Amino acid sequence: MKITVTVNGEARSADVEPRTLLVNFVRDELGLHGTNIGCDTSSCGACTLHLNGEAVKSCTVLAVQADGAQVTTIEGLGSEDALHPMQQAFVDCHGLQCGFCTPGMVMAATSLLDEIPNPTEDQVRSGLKGNLCRCTGYHNIVAAVLNCAGSNK
Amino acid sequence: MIPAAFDYYRAESAEEAIALVGQYGDEAKFLAGGHSLLPLMKLRLAQPGVLIDVGRIPDLAYIREDGEHIAIGALTRHRDLETSDVLAEHLPLLAHTALYVGDSQVRHRGTIGGSIAHSDPASDLPATTLALGASYVVQGPNGRREIGATDFFHGFLETAMEPDELLVEIRVPSRRGATWSFQKMRRRAQDWAIVGVSAWQNGTDNGVALVNMGSTPILASSVSSALAGGASPAEAAEFAAAEADPQGDLNASPEFRVHLAKVLVRRALEECAG
Amino acid sequence: MAGSILGNRVPRLEDPKFLTTGGVYVDDVVDPALDGALHVTYVRSTVAHGRILSVDTEAALEMPGVVAVYVNADLDIQPQASAFNPTLTRGLLADGKVRYVGEAVAVVLTERHDQGEDAAEAVIVDYDMLEVVVDPEEAVTSTTLLYENTGSNVCFDSTALGMPDVTGDEFFADCEVVVHGRFVNQRVAPCPMEVRGSAAAWVDGRLHQWISTQHAQGSRKVVAAANGIDEDKVRMITPDVGGGFGAKIGAYPEEALLGVLAKKVGRPVTWRETRSESMMALGHGRAQYQYISMGGSRDGKVTHYRLRVLQDCGAFGDMAMILAPFMTRPMSSAVYDIPNIECRTTSVLTNTTPVVAYRGAGRPEATAAAERAMDLFAAEIGMDPAEVRRKNLIAKFDQPHTTSIGQMYDVGDFEAALDKVLEAADYRALRSEQAARRASNDPVQIGIGVSVYVEITGAPNSGEFAKVTVNDDGTATVYTGTSPHGQGHWTSWAMLTNDQTGIPMDKISLVFGDTDLVPDGGGTMGSRSLQQGGAAVHMVAGELADRAKQLAARLLEADEADIVLDKDSGSFHVAGTPSVSKSWADLATAAKHDADLPDGLTHQNRIEGGMSTFPFGAHVAVVHVDTETGQATLVRHIACDDAGKVLNPMILEGQIHGGIGQGAAQALLEEVRFDNYGNPITSNLADYSMISAAELPSFEVIHMETPTFVNPLGAKGIGESGTIGSTPAVQSAVVDAVSHLGVRHIDMPCTPERIWNAINDAANKELS
Repeated sequence: MKITVTVNGEARSADVEPRTLLVNFVRDELGLHGTNIGCDTSSCGACTLHLNGEAVKSCTVLAVQADGAQVTTIEGLGSEDALHPMQQAFVDCHGLQCGFCTPGMVMAATSLLDEIPNPTEDQVRSGLKGNLCRCTGYHNIVAAVLNCAGSNK
Repeated sequence: MIPAAFDYYRAESAEEAIALVGQYGDEAKFLAGGHSLLPLMKLRLAQPGVLIDVGRIPDLAYIREDGEHIAIGALTRHRDLETSDVLAEHLPLLAHTALYVGDSQVRHRGTIGGSIAHSDPASDLPATTLALGASYVVQGPNGRREIGATDFFHGFLETAMEPDELLVEIRVPSRRGATWSFQKMRRRAQDWAIVGVSAWQNGTDNGVALVNMGSTPILASSVSSALAGGASPAEAAEFAAAEADPQGDLNASPEFRVHLAKVLVRRALEECAG
Repeated sequence: MAGSILGNRVPRLEDPKFLTTGGVYVDDVVDPALDGALHVTYVRSTVAHGRILSVDTEAALEMPGVVAVYVNADLDIQPQASAFNPTLTRGLLADGKVRYVGEAVAVVLTERHDQGEDAAEAVIVDYDMLEVVVDPEEAVTSTTLLYENTGSNVCFDSTALGMPDVTGDEFFADCEVVVHGRFVNQRVAPCPMEVRGSAAAWVDGRLHQWISTQHAQGSRKVVAAANGIDEDKVRMITPDVGGGFGAKIGAYPEEALLGVLAKKVGRPVTWRETRSESMMALGHGRAQYQYISMGGSRDGKVTHYRLRVLQDCGAFGDMAMILAPFMTRPMSSAVYDIPNIECRTTSVLTNTTPVVAYRGAGRPEATAAAERAMDLFAAEIGMDPAEVRRKNLIAKFDQPHTTSIGQMYDVGDFEAALDKVLEAADYRALRSEQAARRASNDPVQIGIGVSVYVEITGAPNSGEFAKVTVNDDGTATVYTGTSPHGQGHWTSWAMLTNDQTGIPMDKISLVFGDTDLVPDGGGTMGSRSLQQGGAAVHMVAGELADRAKQLAARLLEADEADIVLDKDSGSFHVAGTPSVSKSWADLATAAKHDADLPDGLTHQNRIEGGMSTFPFGAHVAVVHVDTETGQATLVRHIACDDAGKVLNPMILEGQIHGGIGQGAAQALLEEVRFDNYGNPITSNLADYSMISAAELPSFEVIHMETPTFVNPLGAKGIGESGTIGSTPAVQSAVVDAVSHLGVRHIDMPCTPERIWNAINDAANKELS
């Protein structure tokens, strides 16, 4: 089936099988490998990107469901020369180690701050419950999100 | 990880969806937010040959006052339940329950219609709508019919809907002015309830339902009667499992579930009592 | 002059890439050698123990995109012997027999990944089901044998190595008090966020293989053997790796076979498992049963300790087999000065996933046993658990101390760590709060758990390789034998190089994990990297700076002794005339024409092996237990960890945090479970309770540095300390929360139902 998805501001069209997951469309069809696959039960959030401005688990969305929609992946958030404030906060607070959960975590965190601009620590932890990380123990991730929220004020 | 292959059709209207499902019969399933169905398909526990995407049918996502009832379109997402001013006024228990479903990514996609039609007894929204005295409007080839929640859930993943019917609306009586409580005991914050309790009270009117205490959401009618009859929360909670048929699984034995139901019903009723 | 960069909170060089375009993990690798690669999907056993009667591949072969389907007999491969017990051999694809659910039985090669899943489903395997043995306690004497030729499922015993056996009751004859316990240090799943993956291609007669690994040089050994070729015919390449935690050491059959498959089918191949597969076939961790007795006098002095360990190895003799005798046993004394210790370990096979190293690898188990035993002892004599520990701690030592089980520790000050953590936690206030909640019968009780630990890192210490090359544009490339997968070695080795050379951090790059470029390396495991790999980089960078000084002396026509390396500007001048200088770039350019530097401005060396090191610390965990529902919540965790001299406190803290997360997860949430038929029932991340941010608090980390003499950096390893110190503290806190109700022990994970049962059992005991 032919679909057109606007990804990081650019219209991208392709012919996909209905069963193609959005995460595989983004990675395999569009070559955007920042978004990762960490599980097969919609538990880990490594595949989180923005669909029409909201964080979703792209492993649980069919590419055909995203036809006509706007998608933002980690590649669309900022660049090494111009980091998004959330990305900068992760650097400042050592919010990543192996990096595998990181794109999904950052996309979830930015969506979280869109909805709760000034969260408490509990709200951050609850807001990120769908994003699993094995390396950091979450401490610095939470610090980064609070740091970003603080610097947004 | 990847579902088995299937054909995909996008319905532009409820009528079209119903016509398609009539055409493909047993092979077909409706797809809304996909967050109940797609996880099963990815593990190949479900392998429908045809998916009918109803997610873009216009005018099926709304929350509005309709006389004494609140009418909620089946495609209303959990996120929209959370943030609804109408629900905040009339059905805060429902808005609050939505907060507990999955995680925020799930809530941006999952729909109340999808959750109810899927009918997993471990889901939060079926039990809450049951407690609130909801009815569900389904549409089939011969038009619409309204099914009371107490008649709707037949068994594990089984409802009163015919294979060619589409859930279009959830109707819940306004419970404005009621006190309420939602108790969810789970291992991790993102997990299904081990046991959950949804309760509201307004004078002698009340509704109490249980999550994951049987093969369907359970209306705790004995608790309700006891409460209406003047029993204290602790007294009424003794009847928590009277209608239940709790299963044992990875997370709890049936005996532990019964115990939890009593504790959580008591706490819910205490919170309602203020 | 600016001070050294060492010891500073330097943000990571790694981060910008990972945060923007993302890491390039094996599934992201784009390389011409892999163009047209076929996708590999393994067909896995659905029975835990069975003879393979037939494998019907007919239907699969007909399916779209299927290029080949193979079983063991189709491939030119030899059985693989356990590195640790060669009498245990298995087929890289199951050969005649399967021994655990998830074992690879056949392999499908397809044009596309999704076609592989489809075709694998269509392969029909017929088994003659055999009796299954899942429980390691049963497996010891069971007549159901996994490897019939061995005569027993017991695959290793410490007494076979000449280590003394445990004796009888007379061992405790002089003890006023003796406590006994049976503890389950349960099986857990490592759950790196990136599952396993690998890709292989034959290039000019050599095998090039990309692999998500912690040790390319070690993987190469296994891969070469599986392919029947010499190691120099294999190039292992490590891309970015999304976590390992011990489970990505060596090479699994699925990885070892890829070169064989690529050769047979004449195309490159690529493999990535699903998470569900990973939960069944990536090695598991821990899985020890511990039987302890601890005896001493009523005044709190412990004099006798017996630890009997039963290590569940799963279905093959993988690394867990030797962790018990070589890690748990030597560390059985923990931080305590116990004059009489007996320890015997037995390793046994079961029809479950093989058990491997997992963050701590045998040492968390040793500490957990000692800490639980101390708590039981404290409860028996009615003494505060922190005080009992204090009474028994090995006194501060700055010369090596050898415990009665025979393990030598380098330097330690256990009491100082205990003091610091108790103070930071405000232990007295916590006990007061506990007393108040108990007095008021608060349904939510508070529990305080204290642990003191010591662990062994860098074991074995066989040294490490490093090379530093300065390029003629003034940049530097560091080659390391370590293999980072989140630990920040680029930043860390750049700091060490900058400290020795003055070359700016942002001009330093890192090469690791490519066996053509770094053939000699020990990988990253056992918290060895800084103390061995970093020490090697420090040494080599310093030696390179010396050679550069010599070159500068030649160029500036001065004596070497008069040459000054100005690290702030990264340049060399003659003392007294700073205006006439040579930059690193100048020297690198000149080196090309210098007879003493035939390879240019580069230097490599190996730092010698030697002693392991012993980080230590103390943790306090505070939990709330809802006594009505059994739910336990970690509300505070205070950790004081001493890993010697700290290079980058930010990276150190990150390692501690991650360790605490995993340690608390073991105490409260995670457990791999099988049913009685050996079917895994926690084989995805929905059923397996991998811990999230919502179950953890922020941690309080107390810094402590007692440098070691073992290496020039004064550094020990921190990578596993957080896990080792936290698990027993959290478990102890849960038990402590309900100890006033008569509870003495709750096995991990301390689930709500276990806590509820413990409360009820204690109440029933009271009544009877």
